[in-house]
Amino acid sequence: MTTTTAAPVPERVSARARRRAAQPGRRQSRNPWLLSAAGAVVALVFLAPYLVMLVGSFKSRPEILGVPPTYVPREWHPANYLSMWSTPETPLPYNLVSTLVISFCATALVLLAALPAAFYTARYRFPGRLAFLLLVLMTQMLQPTVLAAGLFREFVVVGIDDTWAAMILVNAAFNLSFAVWIMHSFFAGVPLEIEEAAVLDGASRLQTLRRITLPLVWPGIVTAIIFTFVACWNEFAASLVILTTDANQPLSVALTKFVGQYDSAWQYVFGVSVVAIVPVVVLFALIEKRLVAGLTAGGVK
Amino acid sequence: MTTSTAPRSRWRASAAAGPWLGPALALILAVVIFPAAYMVWVSTREISGFGVDRGGAGLENYRRLLRFEAIGQVLTNTVVWVVGVVLLTVFISLGLAQFLDKAFPGRQLVRLAVIVPWAASVVMTSTVFVYGLDPFYGIINRFLVDLHVLSEPYGFTQRPVSAFLVSMGIAVFVSLPFTTYTLLAGLQAIPGDVLEAAQVDGAGPAAAYRRVVLPMLRPALAVATIINIINVFNSLPILRTVTGSLPGYDADTTTTLTFKFIQADRQIGTASALSVVNFVLVLTVIAVYLRVVRPMRED
Repeated sequence: MTTTTAAPVPERVSARARRRAAQPGRRQSRNPWLLSAAGAVVALVFLAPYLVMLVGSFKSRPEILGVPPTYVPREWHPANYLSMWSTPETPLPYNLVSTLVISFCATALVLLAALPAAFYTARYRFPGRLAFLLLVLMTQMLQPTVLAAGLFREFVVVGIDDTWAAMILVNAAFNLSFAVWIMHSFFAGVPLEIEEAAVLDGASRLQTLRRITLPLVWPGIVTAIIFTFVACWNEFAASLVILTTDANQPLSVALTKFVGQYDSAWQYVFGVSVVAIVPVVVLFALIEKRLVAGLTAGGVK
Repeated sequence: MTTSTAPRSRWRASAAAGPWLGPALALILAVVIFPAAYMVWVSTREISGFGVDRGGAGLENYRRLLRFEAIGQVLTNTVVWVVGVVLLTVFISLGLAQFLDKAFPGRQLVRLAVIVPWAASVVMTSTVFVYGLDPFYGIINRFLVDLHVLSEPYGFTQRPVSAFLVSMGIAVFVSLPFTTYTLLAGLQAIPGDVLEAAQVDGAGPAAAYRRVVLPMLRPALAVATIINIINVFNSLPILRTVTGSLPGYDADTTTTLTFKFIQADRQIGTASALSVVNFVLVLTVIAVYLRVVRPMRED
């Protein structure tokens, strides 16, 4: 490298190179506002079903079943959001509690199991480490759907079918991999030198953990918590076969009971859906930048 | 690093990891490995409708599966479902990711809108489509009539074929966010100077895309495709919501059929046999994934 003599660079070329370096934003478009308009159309397509939901949740029952349907409610009924909790199809307040309890407990269990595993596999090499990580990766590819028959039979034999405990275990097990992978990559990204420097400065192990390591891996932990929580919140297949009592079922299963009826209370289905969807969309938006990393386990950099 | 350690200290190193990995391992063993093995065993037993084990059945559950009247239709549906949904999803996502990779005012808002079907419950998303496509009070039907796409409302969800196609559309819709985000991550990993070099060498946009972008996008494309195959194959809520109340098996895949065996017919033995077949298929896809993508490589 050092042998090549610095040839005199023509002034013109270096100027172009300098200009190029000054605008690193590649794919600069000629008319960004045209793209914004296209972007608005894309956004509208993705939001449309949820806008229909939102608008429908404010319609009266005769109006939502009326022919022809209305785009905008003639009368707005915000009281639907109160009356929807007492409907004969399913005990919705219990279903909401089921969703909440299962999601919170399963998320806690995931954290309890995944955090130490992610830390240890990121910091230490030991025989069986790769085998463990491979096993974790495989659980991500397997979903409760394909094991539903086995899980159902197992819980019947153990005697915990139709319990929250069973669903907490299922949700925790199948969301373990995302949590392990994302936290593993964050722990692996902490430079050991920083921790060693803190120890040299007289920090205790606990102080090092609290002041140095934790702030650095915190985004990974938050991502793991949110992703797991949202996945548990929306789980459907395993709950469908394992939870047979109406009051034990989560909202995802409960809402299917409205579909297929002659005159469904759609305004209530949509009201409950809005209540169930808005919080998880907000949570997902918070971790939007880091979603891909945990799901593809480093397959995409 | 410690390649020349004695076997005993190697064993000790693994044992030291025990407390850290123990909870995760216990969970995987109890809720993933055991039910998988147990399912294989149950598939060789005769289980009554009330859950009583009546003894060994050999391969009778598998034979019953082959004799099942709609098995040909269900297998065809499964292939159409997986291939159709995954191809469409990947194709649309390629364009969408390319679009979201451009800089324009409001891009972040568009990205957040795209994420919504990913966060939302698939059951709830499906119910809106069932409502919207109703031939009488359905708002999508009215919209299509107002646009003069249809001359009169159509009962999309009342016939197996159209209901199945609608379900495929919903499946594409809910698979787009993950796929687009994965491909977008892949696009953003392509260094800008590579593209610039292609342009300097005289490659037009089409040639640059085909010769430079697509090859560099291959890892992301492989991950997105394979994870989609598994997700779409395992998908239950959409078909269950849209076609669940239709009689017969004309709109069933092997996954929805498994759940009909478990729930409506209470045939755990046959359901287990079908699940074992599904399980083997998924394992094959995982093996391909591990070979093609090699996610474990560390650099």
